[in-house]
Amino acid sequence: MRVTRRASAYVIGLVVISVVATGCVGAKKNNADKKRNATAKNVTLVIGSNSIKGGKNTEGAVHTLDYTIPKFEAMEKAKGVNVKVTFQGSGADDEIYKQRLALSLKVGGGPDVFSMDGIWLGEFAQAGYIKPLDQVVGSSVGSWDGWSQISSSIMQNATFGGQRYGIPSGTDGRILYFNKKLFAKAGLPATWQPKSWADIIAAGKALKKLPGITPLQIDAGTAMGEATTTQGFLPLLAGAGQLIYDDKTKKWQGATPAVKNVLSFYQQIYSGGLGDPKLQEDQNGRDQSFAAFSQGKVGVLAESDYLWRSVICPDKSKCNTTAMPDRNQTVGFALIPAMKPGSGVAGQNFVSISGGGDEVINPNTKYPQQAWELMQFMASKASVIAGLAGTAQITERSDVNAEVLKNDPLLSFINTKVLPITRFRPGLAVYSTTITTAIQQATLDVVTGKSVGQAAQTYQQTVEKAVGANAIQTG
Amino acid sequence: MTGVFLVFPALWTVYIGLLRYSLTGVSASAPTFRGIHNYTDALRDPLFRNALKLTIFFVLLSAVIGQSMLGFAIAWRMRRSNAITRSVVQTLVLLAWILPSTVVVFLWQALLSRNDGTLNALLRSGSTDWALSHPLATIVVFNIWRGTAFSMLLFSAALAAVPNSQLETARLVGASGLQQLRDVVFPHIRGHVLTNTLLISLWTFNDFTPYLLTGGGPNHRSETLPVYVYNVALKGGQLGFGSAISLIMLLINLVVALFYLRLLRERRRA
Repeated sequence: MRVTRRASAYVIGLVVISVVATGCVGAKKNNADKKRNATAKNVTLVIGSNSIKGGKNTEGAVHTLDYTIPKFEAMEKAKGVNVKVTFQGSGADDEIYKQRLALSLKVGGGPDVFSMDGIWLGEFAQAGYIKPLDQVVGSSVGSWDGWSQISSSIMQNATFGGQRYGIPSGTDGRILYFNKKLFAKAGLPATWQPKSWADIIAAGKALKKLPGITPLQIDAGTAMGEATTTQGFLPLLAGAGQLIYDDKTKKWQGATPAVKNVLSFYQQIYSGGLGDPKLQEDQNGRDQSFAAFSQGKVGVLAESDYLWRSVICPDKSKCNTTAMPDRNQTVGFALIPAMKPGSGVAGQNFVSISGGGDEVINPNTKYPQQAWELMQFMASKASVIAGLAGTAQITERSDVNAEVLKNDPLLSFINTKVLPITRFRPGLAVYSTTITTAIQQATLDVVTGKSVGQAAQTYQQTVEKAVGANAIQTG
Repeated sequence: MTGVFLVFPALWTVYIGLLRYSLTGVSASAPTFRGIHNYTDALRDPLFRNALKLTIFFVLLSAVIGQSMLGFAIAWRMRRSNAITRSVVQTLVLLAWILPSTVVVFLWQALLSRNDGTLNALLRSGSTDWALSHPLATIVVFNIWRGTAFSMLLFSAALAAVPNSQLETARLVGASGLQQLRDVVFPHIRGHVLTNTLLISLWTFNDFTPYLLTGGGPNHRSETLPVYVYNVALKGGQLGFGSAISLIMLLINLVVALFYLRLLRERRRA
C-alpha cells in the first residue's frame, strides 16, 4: 500500500512538472522594436553560410572575406559607424548545416545574416525561426531598388505564404552531363540528346562495353540525401508526367503509375549493371560520384549546374582534386528527356527541377537595420558581379545575368533552355521532413533489390502516415 | 547538482516524449500533446526493433565478448613478458583508446575504402567495400580495437593482485593453464570482471562513434540505438519521437546497470 502511494506521488509530481513546463517548449515570441540600435555607433554583425575557404564552396567564402566584409566596413566607416563583420563559415553537408542553423535559431542565436536553401523557407517560417522582412526590418524594405532586377520565378525561392522572407541568391537547373571521350569510344554522338528514357538506357548499354567505367549515375538512396530527390527522382517524376505535390488538388503522389515508372527506371539501371548500386549506399557517395566523373570514369551523370561551376571547373585552385582542365572539350550536356516524347508534366518533351538559396536576416539580430543594409550591399550589382569572380552563374539579378551568362555555354543553355521548362519543389515542411526521405528510401529499396511494387507500397504507407489518406493520390 | 544535471533533463525528456514536437515546421512553434503515442509508435516501429537488435549484437560481440576477452588475453599474456614488449604493446593498445574519434575514424575510412584502401591493398582483395558489405562486423571490429585498452588496464591491475604463491601451488599440483585460470585467477578477479562488463556494456550501448564510420548505413544495417535517435530526432527533426526513444534507452540502461549491481551485491554477500 505504501509503495503504491509513493508511486502515485511520483506520477502526480511528474504531471505537475509537465503542466508547468507546457509553454516552455515552442517558439519564443519576440516583438522587439524594428529600429532597435538603429543609431548605434559600434555594430557587430555575423554572416553565416555553408561555405568555407579552401573547402566547400570556397569562392563564396573568399568573396565574403575579401570583398563583402572589407568593402562594407569601409562604407559604414565613411558614414561614421564602426561596423565589425565576421564570417561564420561551414563546410558540412547541407542537411547538417540546416540542422545546426535550426538549433541555433531555436535558442535565439545564430548569425545575423545567413544563407539557406530556399526549400527550407517554409518549415523555418512555420517554426517561427525566420520572419518576413517587413516584420524584421520594416516597410522600408520595399524601397530597395534591387527588387526590380529579380524575376518573379526566382523570387519564389524567397517567398512563403505570399510574404518576402529574404533576398534570393540565384537559381539552378538539372541536366544530364556526359563524357564525350567515353561516348566516342562507345560509338555514341558528341551531340547526344536523348529523347526518352529508353535512349538513356541504350546509351548506358553501349557504354557498359567499355571496361572499368560506370555507364550511368542517377543519384539514389538515403545516403545521398536531398540529392537523390532533386537530381534524380523529381526530374524523372516530372518526365513521367507528375509533380510530387499537386497545388490544385493538394495531394501528394502515392504509389501512382508515374512513381512506379520512375522506380522501374532506377531498377533498369541498377539491377541491369548500368549503374553502381554500392556507390548509392556509400556515406560519401555523391562526392565519390563527382570524383569518378572528373576522372572520366562515369558516362552520364544527372546533376545541376553546380557540378559545372564548382566541381569540375578547369581551375585547380577552385575545384581542387575534381577540377577538369579539359572540361569544355570533354564534358557535354543535354536536357533531361521525358519518359517518352510528350509524356512529361504539362505534355513537355523535356523536364528539369530548380532550386536556389536565399539570404535571410535572423529575427533575433541586435541590429536589424544594419543587417538589412549589409544584405542590400551583398545583393548589389557590383557585389554580385564581384562574387562571380570571372566565372558565370545564374544570379538573382537580371542585369548581372545579361552581362555574364553569354560567356559560359552551359549557363546560357540553362538560362535559355532549362529555366523555361523547369519546376520547383514544394516549400512545405512535410516535404523535407518526410516526403523526401520516403522517396530516398524507395529508391534505395529498388537499388538494393526489392521489387518496384514493394518499394512503392512502403513509400505510400510512409507518406500516408505523414499527410493522411485524403492528401494522397494513389494508383 | 544531480537534480539540475540529471533528474531535470530526464524529466524533460519524458515530457517532450509526450509531444508531437519537431525541429522545424508548424509543430516546432506549436507542439501538440500526443500522450504515450510516441512510445507505442516506437515499440511498433520496425526500424526501432532493428536498432535494438543491432545494439544488443553490437554490445555482446564487441564489448562483452570482444573487448573483455581480448583485454584479458593481452593482460594475461603481458604478465610474463619483458618490460619492453609490455610497454610497446600497452602503448599501442592505449593509443587506439586515447586518440580522438574523428581522427581515428578518418584513418579507418582510409583503411576500409573500396578505392585503394589499405586493407584491400594488404589482402589483395580488389575493391571490396568492407564497410558497406559487412557494416555490423565493421563497427564490431572497430569497437573492439578502439576500446580494448580499458579492459586490458583493468585486468592488468586485477591480475597483479592474484597471489603468485597460489598460482605456483596450482602449477605444482599439475593444474593446466585453463584450470589455473578457472580455479585460482577467476575467483580473485570476479568483481573486476563484473565491473568491467558493466562499464563497457553501458559505454558501448550508448556509443555514437559508429555513426562517424558508417552513418548507420547502408540501409539501416549498422544503425544502433544512439545513431537511430540521432537520425530520427536531428536529421528527421522529430524531437518528440526522438525523446521517447531516448527515454526507452535510458530505461534499458537502468535495467542493465541494476542487473550487474545485483550480481555484484550477491557476490559480496556470498
